[in-house]
Amino acid sequence: MENRFLKSLIIGVFSLTSCISQENPPEVKTPDQTKFITETVVDGIDIPWGMDFISENEILVTEKKGTLYRVTNGEKAEVSGLPEIYKRGQGGLLDVALHPDYKNNKIIYFTAGVHIEGDEGGNTALYCGELNENSLSNIKLLYKGNPNTKKGQHWGSRIVFDNKGHLFFGIGDRGNRDANPQDLNRDGGKIYRLNLDGSIPEDNPFADQEGALKALYSYGHRNPQGMTVHPETGEIWENEHGPKGGDEINIIQKGKNYGWPVITYGINYSGTSITDKTSMPGMEQPFYYWVPSIAPSGMAFSSSDVYGDWKGDLFIGSLKFEYLERLVIKKNKVVKREKILDGLGRVRNVKEGPDGYLYIAIEGKGILKLINQ
Amino acid sequence: MIKIIPGIISLILVFQGFNLYQKKTFKQSILDGQEIYYDFCVRCHLPSGIGEQGRVPPLAESDYLINNIEMSIRGLKYGLSGPIVVNGEEYNGVMQDQGLDDDEIADVMNYILNNWGNEYKEMVTEEQVASINE
Repeated sequence: MENRFLKSLIIGVFSLTSCISQENPPEVKTPDQTKFITETVVDGIDIPWGMDFISENEILVTEKKGTLYRVTNGEKAEVSGLPEIYKRGQGGLLDVALHPDYKNNKIIYFTAGVHIEGDEGGNTALYCGELNENSLSNIKLLYKGNPNTKKGQHWGSRIVFDNKGHLFFGIGDRGNRDANPQDLNRDGGKIYRLNLDGSIPEDNPFADQEGALKALYSYGHRNPQGMTVHPETGEIWENEHGPKGGDEINIIQKGKNYGWPVITYGINYSGTSITDKTSMPGMEQPFYYWVPSIAPSGMAFSSSDVYGDWKGDLFIGSLKFEYLERLVIKKNKVVKREKILDGLGRVRNVKEGPDGYLYIAIEGKGILKLINQ
Repeated sequence: MIKIIPGIISLILVFQGFNLYQKKTFKQSILDGQEIYYDFCVRCHLPSGIGEQGRVPPLAESDYLINNIEMSIRGLKYGLSGPIVVNGEEYNGVMQDQGLDDDEIADVMNYILNNWGNEYKEMVTEEQVASINE
């Protein structure tokens, strides 16, 4: 009798502790870090939020507090002509991306928190402008989320292009999860699709639906801060911050609902639950989710041969644990996770350069080029 | 005379309302500060204010905080970076300013200074925050 009691006690305690420390598999591994070395491309940038490559030696880098740099051979020059940036909480100057035909038209796109008019506070906006030398002109506002709010959270936002003449960007739930992500008539918690001139594609999923925002492409997102195009399939891949636990990787599909906050693998920061549901009919499951949260930002596939067997692997920055995560994907499943550059700092962004190397943006530092010996 | 009474009463009411608007109570400031804390600070400093050893300095029972009120306000207003020692441990991170208004900084300071075992009887005011320069 006593024996049985002891047994069940042991099992109970064991299952309780394993529940608490449960990490969504595969468990992240820490390989020998000495083989990863970095070269500083540019330093002295507090929060290098977004970047894009003009050429191998020339990069545009945004600093969140509202500065756009043109970096040439490691020397940074401030680009003039930005609109007024509204800096609050996680908002500020966010991503930057070159038009697919930048060589001929000099157009760049950028996302930023702005307060333009109306209520106090701000929301995420997408702009384009013409970049000549170190100055921006012909600035056009292509989209702005509404309404303004003084909430500091969840602005998104990355900018990517498919190969069919579309631009995608995201806006996070803006700290109003109960109102925004599931309402097709409200901005926030959405991925948007526009034509390159800012007009709305006629075949957008909700273009004909009354009461829906026509620029929407997918919804039910929390805070997308990583987005990239799969080099082979052309799919839009996205990562987003969950609350406590439940950060996600999603493959963005037209008109789909990604569930926030109705379904999630996360809980409130305070430890209380948001919902007891992790799945529902009509809502997409994440491709992968992290428990515990790594606070993912930036996303890139390695498509070159410079790293040998890393070709095809996915790389995502961890703000929280301060490393670059390498995810090996086989048969549509994450089969291996590894820490690269462990402890180097909060990894804000990662992108593959024209030379095939990965460029990593680290807070408090700047941009580093990753070399794997 | 009877006509004047409602006028006087409404004048008194307006004056009182103005007074209430002008002077937020200490209690209300702490409550408003909690909302700011959960919006802007909680992800790094955590609900318990303990931060994360080696990365994010604690606010709960933090000697740095209590001994450097002005510096803490300056950090919230303009950002804080470089090495600091908190409860005997060195931290060398970056805290960007969050774009908070002066009254919001006062509120969140009052919340932080009177929570998780911290006790600071004096109320931080909007005017005090406004007077602190970079």
